[in-house]
Amino acid sequence: MASRALRAELAVVGALVRRAANEILRVPGAAIPGVLAPSIFFLGLTAVFGHLTQLRGFDTQSYQSFLIPVSLIQGAGFTGAATGVNLARDIEQGWFDRLLVAPVPRPVLLAGLVLSASARALVPAAFLLAVGFAIGVHWPGAAGLAIAIALVMVMGAVAALWGVALALRFRSQSAAPLMQAGMFLLVLTTTAYAPLELLRGWLHDVARVNPATQVLEAARQGFTGGVSWGDTWPGLVAAAAMAAAFAALALRGMRRTGL
Amino acid sequence: MIAALRANARVVAALGARSVKQTFRRPQLMAPIIVFPSLLLAVQVGGAGSAVDLPGFPRVHGFLDFMLAGAMIQSTLLAGNSGGIALAVDIEMGFADRLLVAPISRFAIVLGRLAGTAALGVFAALWYVAVGLVFGARIEEGVPGVLVVVALVSLSAVAFGGLGAAVALRTGRASVVQGLFPLVFVILFLSSAFFPANLMLEPAASVARYNPLSFVVEGVRDPIISALGAHALAKAAAGLAIVGAASFALSALALRHRLRTGGA
Repeated sequence: MASRALRAELAVVGALVRRAANEILRVPGAAIPGVLAPSIFFLGLTAVFGHLTQLRGFDTQSYQSFLIPVSLIQGAGFTGAATGVNLARDIEQGWFDRLLVAPVPRPVLLAGLVLSASARALVPAAFLLAVGFAIGVHWPGAAGLAIAIALVMVMGAVAALWGVALALRFRSQSAAPLMQAGMFLLVLTTTAYAPLELLRGWLHDVARVNPATQVLEAARQGFTGGVSWGDTWPGLVAAAAMAAAFAALALRGMRRTGL
Repeated sequence: MIAALRANARVVAALGARSVKQTFRRPQLMAPIIVFPSLLLAVQVGGAGSAVDLPGFPRVHGFLDFMLAGAMIQSTLLAGNSGGIALAVDIEMGFADRLLVAPISRFAIVLGRLAGTAALGVFAALWYVAVGLVFGARIEEGVPGVLVVVALVSLSAVAFGGLGAAVALRTGRASVVQGLFPLVFVILFLSSAFFPANLMLEPAASVARYNPLSFVVEGVRDPIISALGAHALAKAAAGLAIVGAASFALSALALRHRLRTGGA
């Protein structure tokens, strides 16, 4: 009985993930901003701030290798936030109400939305890695790449949970700038541009306590040096903690919806 | 003649005020103009602030002083893009058609939108001057420097706004103008908006040296980080003239095309 219920719930999750995948195939233009924005920032910031590696404190001479994990996570953030915007559209058009009256537990609906965002985060990541390797980003090794991709997927889920919480709160696509700005701030108030010891003022203090810094450093390690468990586990713990916190927020929104 | 001029000035003022109100009422229009550039400014100043220690970096009081001009011009570019989107929405909703059949000059319709963009440029310049002063920047040229900055930023808003208006008039589709958004960042990254051109990597450094946007940014930056110089001001004027002439010519052509074909 329990296994039949579980199978039904997995089918719902699968259907929601397939719906999101269909959107990529049927409206490929919709994926372009999520791919283009981090790519432009990656290439642009490399060209603009490339000489920062001459400063003492950088452990690499290749700014593109230092920057690419930021862009990977930024791409996941944009894609995840887009899940929130799409949910707001579904709420505005009444489609989400139909999902809510279906005999499906609400956490299962949330899981479908979030897993689809994790999968979609791989689209900008693949494009960015191709661009990055073409312009000389260091090969991070199989382990380094696997860690980076895993963290990109978790951050895609974190961004989606944030977007879902806001979509359920505001029930309007007008909240889109807030969804994107939240992720923008989370990712960039880290060691995105320079190592911690080179950050100045408030950003140094914020980056030190921002859990996204640990995620970024774990994703970065393979691109700028060797991979170690000591540099990996803080990133995994921070990513899991953020996912848990934002999941609680989104689930609260789910429970309150329609009451 | 004077009565006609006065009537057109009233149209420009009314449409300009409508455009400003529209921007302040819609967070999705306001966010790209003020919120995102302010966040980016804060993060870049904290993140890349050590760049002032690089050999070859101009002598500045702080990295924030250097970055203010880039943030202002970023805002004006995005304001121009947002103005173009709003004009395209007016075309899609039929509001522009109603204006076109009114007994007013057609150019007053476009100028009204650009007047609104210029007002947003003034707002952006004052916003960043205030932000800069609050967070410890110094305007080396004082009040006259601020006036020059405000004038250059509002003129650049008009010049860049004309490009957004031209695309809106030619295509009549907000989604197309919205699609130019990433291009704004390409142009910015290929200029000296965020870093001195001599310290950028090639080929971006070479492009930045001849990009008219760099001339404008350096003209805005000059009174902030040093004494106002005629050379920088002349270069900014030349940059604005190039962009302005191109944007007005393209707007006029697009408007003529729309009037001749009805936007088909």
